[in-house]
Amino acid sequence: MGLIKADEMTLNIGPQHPSTHGVLRLKVKTDGEIVSEITPVIGYLHRCFEKHCEYLTYEQVIPFTDRCDYIAAMNNNFGYVVAVEKMMDIQVPERVEYIRIIMAELNRIASHLLALGTFGLDVGAYTPFLYMFRDRERILDLFEITCGARLLYNYMWIGGVSHDLPVGFVEATYRFLDEFEKKSEEYHNILSYNKIFIERTADVGVLPKDVAIDYGVTGPNLRGSGVKWDLRKDEPYSIYEKFKFEVPVGQGLMGSVGDSWDRYWVRAEEMKESVKIVRQALDKMPRKGDVHEALPKRVRPPQGSIYFRTESPRGDLGYYIISDGKDKPVRVKMRSPAFTALSALSEIASGWMLSDVLVVLGSLDIVLGEIDR
Amino acid sequence: MGFLEERFEDNIVTAKLDQLLSWARSTSAWYFQFGLACCAIEMMATAASRHDLERIGMMPRSSPRQADVMIVAGTVTLKMATRVKKLYDQMADPKYVVSMGSCSNSGGPYSRQGYHVLKGVDQVVPVDVYVPGCPPRPEALLEGLIKLQEKIKQERPLTKKK
Amino acid sequence: MNVNQKVSQIVEEKFPGSVIIPEEPQNDFIQLNSEKWNEIAKFLKTESALKFDSCQCITGVDLGAETEKLEVRYNFHSTKHLHKVEIRIATDRKRPSIPSVEQIWRVADWFEREVYDMYGIRFKGHRDLRRMLLPDDWKGWPLRKDYKTPQTYNGMKVPKVRKGWD
Repeated sequence: MGLIKADEMTLNIGPQHPSTHGVLRLKVKTDGEIVSEITPVIGYLHRCFEKHCEYLTYEQVIPFTDRCDYIAAMNNNFGYVVAVEKMMDIQVPERVEYIRIIMAELNRIASHLLALGTFGLDVGAYTPFLYMFRDRERILDLFEITCGARLLYNYMWIGGVSHDLPVGFVEATYRFLDEFEKKSEEYHNILSYNKIFIERTADVGVLPKDVAIDYGVTGPNLRGSGVKWDLRKDEPYSIYEKFKFEVPVGQGLMGSVGDSWDRYWVRAEEMKESVKIVRQALDKMPRKGDVHEALPKRVRPPQGSIYFRTESPRGDLGYYIISDGKDKPVRVKMRSPAFTALSALSEIASGWMLSDVLVVLGSLDIVLGEIDR
Repeated sequence: MGFLEERFEDNIVTAKLDQLLSWARSTSAWYFQFGLACCAIEMMATAASRHDLERIGMMPRSSPRQADVMIVAGTVTLKMATRVKKLYDQMADPKYVVSMGSCSNSGGPYSRQGYHVLKGVDQVVPVDVYVPGCPPRPEALLEGLIKLQEKIKQERPLTKKK
Repeated sequence: MNVNQKVSQIVEEKFPGSVIIPEEPQNDFIQLNSEKWNEIAKFLKTESALKFDSCQCITGVDLGAETEKLEVRYNFHSTKHLHKVEIRIATDRKRPSIPSVEQIWRVADWFEREVYDMYGIRFKGHRDLRRMLLPDDWKGWPLRKDYKTPQTYNGMKVPKVRKGWD
């Protein structure tokens, strides 16, 4: 390859394309089928989140964080409220901490299910998508009985959560976990060890460790490259230090470390770990307690700023919040993990065939709402 | 068809061609997979296992040239608005637009300070059905699409307009 | 002594005059001059005691139209030593310009483009400084406090159409 150079052609993918996971546009330079350069063009979903924050009170920002990463809204709420609580030095009740972790981890499972399902769709497997959506619906049901919303919850509030767990939630969640554990084997059989799937993803789009760190890639994408870095373990926030779980890293089981299959694999394994965390949390959670106990009367963080990051399903989700002591933030900046992951796309997908570019893009699991904000 | 099977002689059904056409159009309105934001996830959920959009004859198409219905699912930004128009123009007649969710209806939560948000997709394309909600539940979208089918059924494409 | 103070000392020793000592002592961040920022950044990344190899976040800040200043705040993290630092660099509001660190941390490429897009801060030495989120023909810097939402863009109305709603 590469000895004969044909005419280069610029190809446009998106902003409307079924495999770009939203309104992403890729300007691709191709030499025949081989891609030599990729320029992502973003901003088609720029909804002015950061401008809105400056005009809203601290509590009113929470629903907007939902809409940034709409696949893992709980985790986005979580990061924001923990950051504000850190600024205001609020201690939340133990029961609230447990509820938050249960919700965040359930949402992580739901998010990974969607990521893996659509990733399967990208490489041409339709069945896993339907299977995974079937199970995702059950998690959404759990959220729905808790807070009434299926997708955008506005559930975590500063100092508490909006509703206490409803009657029967704990039992329903146990039931779900029991059934889900068996199903993760099913996913491995239907997708992970599928010959075609392995051929399409193994060794494709290898992201080496140092490049990943240089590009600020975090979360499952970084762990896929073999770096054991998980904020839940390494910089525990909330009460994550109380739980026992493993941090799966890419081992290059089907190809080299850091390929698309490894990134897929890390997500698939992480779902199992999340199940473990939810189970432990359900076991240890105090059964009684007021979830509104620590809600502050006025949310007015003292003057200053904070940069606080949490582990969302896509990686390090950072909030930079500046307060001037009033009820509205001066500045809220969201450091989104998908943003940095997408910036590495050109580096890792150049030199591959056009069809592989979409595989690599799918394996990075981007959410455009979070990239464009 | 169970109770009708093997009961009749070979027969002829009479109907107005007009009605037949609009009936056929309404029951196989293929929609354009046009996910923009959060609502796209609910649209996917509507198409996936539990709600199964295909049972009312709606099937996702990835290209505007093969689609009859455009579901605008999500916030339309100014950068995207010209593309929405372009995609709408690429669709073959007869074409319909469903505006899904508050954002594409009116700008939704982003209508106050959204310097880069189009306040209502009806500014660039004509809309047939508005589905409210942020995001609308799959049932709400289904309801909207059934409403659209009713609307298509009442069309008389061949009749001379007065 | 926390990391910020330690780093501040090391940087001041190596590049005298680059650290701005604030009036009230604080230890949350380091305020730097923009002049030698490129060399300092290289030093932060390579010096064995520091090794800030991961650029976490670059935030543009406008603390009000009356301050005459725009600020850029950098959050760095070291995956070797597991420590963090925050660096702030102020620049003039009229002609905002800061040396780029895009070639030191690759992730800074997009972060700086975003800050440029929102605040109009020019990053000297950035190889591809274009608008990132907004369209190329957009006018103004939306996250500055004195920004006014345009009435129309390419013939489309931008403020909410109130007719028929209120």
